[in-house]
Formats: sequence, C-alpha cells, structure tokens
Amino acid sequence: MSDVRETTDATWDADVLKSDLPVLVDFWAPWCGPCRMVAPIVQELSEEYKDKVSFFKMNTDENPTVPSKHGIRSIPSLLIFKGGELKGTVVGFRPKSDLKKRIDEALA
Amino acid sequence: MTDNMFDIAIIGGGGSGLTAAVYAARGMRSTIVFEGNVTGGQIATTDVVENFPGFLEGINGFDLAQNILKQAEKFGARVEYARVERLTRLDDGTFELATESATFRARAVIVTAGADYNKLGVPGEAEFVGKGVSYCATCDAAFFAGQDVIVVGGGDAALDEGLFTTRYAKSVTIVHRRDTLRASGILQERAAAEPKIRYIWDTVVERIEGDGGAVRQAVLKNLKTGEVTVRNTAAVFVFIGQTPNSHLLKGMVELDAGGHAMVDLEMKTKVPGLFVAGDVRTKAARQLISAAGDGATAAISAEHYLQRLG
Repeated sequence: MSDVRETTDATWDADVLKSDLPVLVDFWAPWCGPCRMVAPIVQELSEEYKDKVSFFKMNTDENPTVPSKHGIRSIPSLLIFKGGELKGTVVGFRPKSDLKKRIDEALA
Repeated sequence: MTDNMFDIAIIGGGGSGLTAAVYAARGMRSTIVFEGNVTGGQIATTDVVENFPGFLEGINGFDLAQNILKQAEKFGARVEYARVERLTRLDDGTFELATESATFRARAVIVTAGADYNKLGVPGEAEFVGKGVSYCATCDAAFFAGQDVIVVGGGDAALDEGLFTTRYAKSVTIVHRRDTLRASGILQERAAAEPKIRYIWDTVVERIEGDGGAVRQAVLKNLKTGEVTVRNTAAVFVFIGQTPNSHLLKGMVELDAGGHAMVDLEMKTKVPGLFVAGDVRTKAARQLISAAGDGATAAISAEHYLQRLG
C-alpha cells in the first residue's frame, strides 16, 4: 500500500490545508522525467516520516486550480505545509538528504 | 577487502557513466556508480532522442536512461545516489571517494560527470527559478499554455526545446547573441517551418523581472546597437551552452581552456587507473551516442588496467 496518497483540486482543503499533521505535496505529471525520479524518494520519505508528516501527490495535468494558485511553473515541485500554511518549497530534483533537511527545517 | 572497496567506481550516472557501468559490471568487475542528481543526466530531460541508432521512432530520453540503468543493475552494478565531493589517489594506487556521508574505495575510477547547463547570471534569474525561469522545457513548457515565452540560445538545445515549447506556448521568441544559429540543419529547418517561432538576433537578456512570484518581462539588449527593450514574457528558458563538471579533477588531471579533462583515445588520463569519458572530456562530440561510446572505451581501458595490476 502506498503511503503517498493522491490529492486533487476537490480534496485539497481537507487533505492539505486542514490536516492535523504537516503535509508534503509532490506536484508531478506523467510526461516529466525528473518527476519519475522523485516519486520513489518521496515514497521512502513517507515511510521515514510516518506518523509525523502526511504525504500527497498531485497530478498537474488533471488538477489545474491548486498548481496555478500556488504559482507552480516547474515540476517536480515539493511543497511543505504546516497548519495550512506554506512552510517550504523545493523545485526540481534534489537528493534525498537535501529533501530531509528541507522537511526538518519546515517542521522546526 | 571491505564492503566499500570496488574494482571500478564511476562518477556520474548519465549516458556515458551508465554505459561504462554496463561494460564494467558485465565484465564481472564490482562496479559502483555515483549519481548526485537524476540518472540519465542530460538525456533524462530530453523528450525524444531521435538520433540514437536502433530506435526508428526515437525514444523518450528518460526511458532510454532507465533502460541503460536497469541493464547495468542487471549485471550487478550498484548505484549510489550521492555526490562525490572528494576524489583522492592513495599511496597504494587505489582511489578514495568521499560523499557527504560515506567513504568508498576503488582500484580504478572513471569520471563521467558530464556538463551542466550554463546560467545567464543576470538579475532576476535565481529569484524566478521555478516561477518562469527554466532550464528544462520538456519539464515546464506545459505551464505556459497560450502564453508568450522566450528561449535564450542558438544551439541544438535552444532550438530543440524551443520547438517542443511551441506545443503549448502562443509564441516562442528565440533570443540569440549572434545573428546566425549554431543548431543543426534539421532543427533549423523545422524551426523555420514553425510559425510560432520568431527570432531576436544579436541580443542578450540583461534582467528578468516579475511580480507575485511570476516572470512578467525580460529586459533585452541589442549588442550591435546598444538598444535596450523590454519584452513581456511568462517564461525564460535558458539554453546557452554548458560547463564541464571537472572540479574533482583539478590538480590531478590536465584540463583544457574550457575546463575539459585531457584524455587519450583510450580515455586514459596521466594518472594510472583514472579515466575520463563523455562531455567532461576534451573534444567530446556532446552526443549521447559518443558519450556512451566513450563510456564503453573507458570501461574496457579500466579492465585492461586492472588485468595488468593482477
């Protein structure tokens, strides 16, 4: 079972903004090569941060509203939310150690 | 022999490094590949590779890279997703490779660290990365559907990515510092037939401006007349050549004026056991097929070197 769940324009508020836990959202699309590299790393992170952070992914082809509202113009983009507020953004592929640093900073 | 000792260490998992790994691992040598970013390197973000022999309809660059990666892993190569920060030749002739969190050793090293796309180095560029400034049109062009965008550069990458961007953008303006293109004939022909593509010659980007987290305009300067103009644009895609990732080799290997490592036809450097292949070497053709060919040559040379060591 995947620990990275799919979120959509329709479920965004409930999944992300109203989440009790901090949330990491992976914005991706099927045609984006680097996104396909990020996905397994996000999966690993979801296991390492189990019970501390919720993990979601959003397909930017199928969901126009949220990506445009957050000014997403490059993918992969990882956005970290805490208490409904944006706490961190990572654009482009980054090694796992970098991502962990950014998550830890956002949680601090 | 410790767990961290390998016959052949390959620094860089692009087309050259992964091919070297296929050869090295298939030759029954314990092989490790270090990749600090995306395996596949520059091809990982190429939409369609049309000139790799054997693929009649072309192949997606990422898929091709994944195939070579799986092929290398099938023969037993290990891939470590970490950047090598220091490369040292020890007194016993082996090499030490240090990443942020671990140290590895190898009897032979092949450096296939490739080249990174150059940045413009102008105000606004860093600020708007991910907000309209992009170095990967295949990744980001879709976010600019129906909008006017700029592509900077005049080589194959600029035209290739510019053509890809026409699928989405309303117009693609290619801003080039000279008045002729360096791109190959077939790309120039395709671009000439594409009504969405237009050119601004003899011109460079001086500044990128925007608001609310999005690029709005680029300030352009004509190098011949000195005229400065402002052009509305939603995106600036940058393809202005590359710089070889040869910093690990400084002080060990002779570099040419452009920073590429000097090697012989067997990809050998002056340091025994140290080989360099692909875009980071001098006089590379900077094509996937030649990088892959270099990788194979380097792996064969490394094999000969190890055999001589016994």
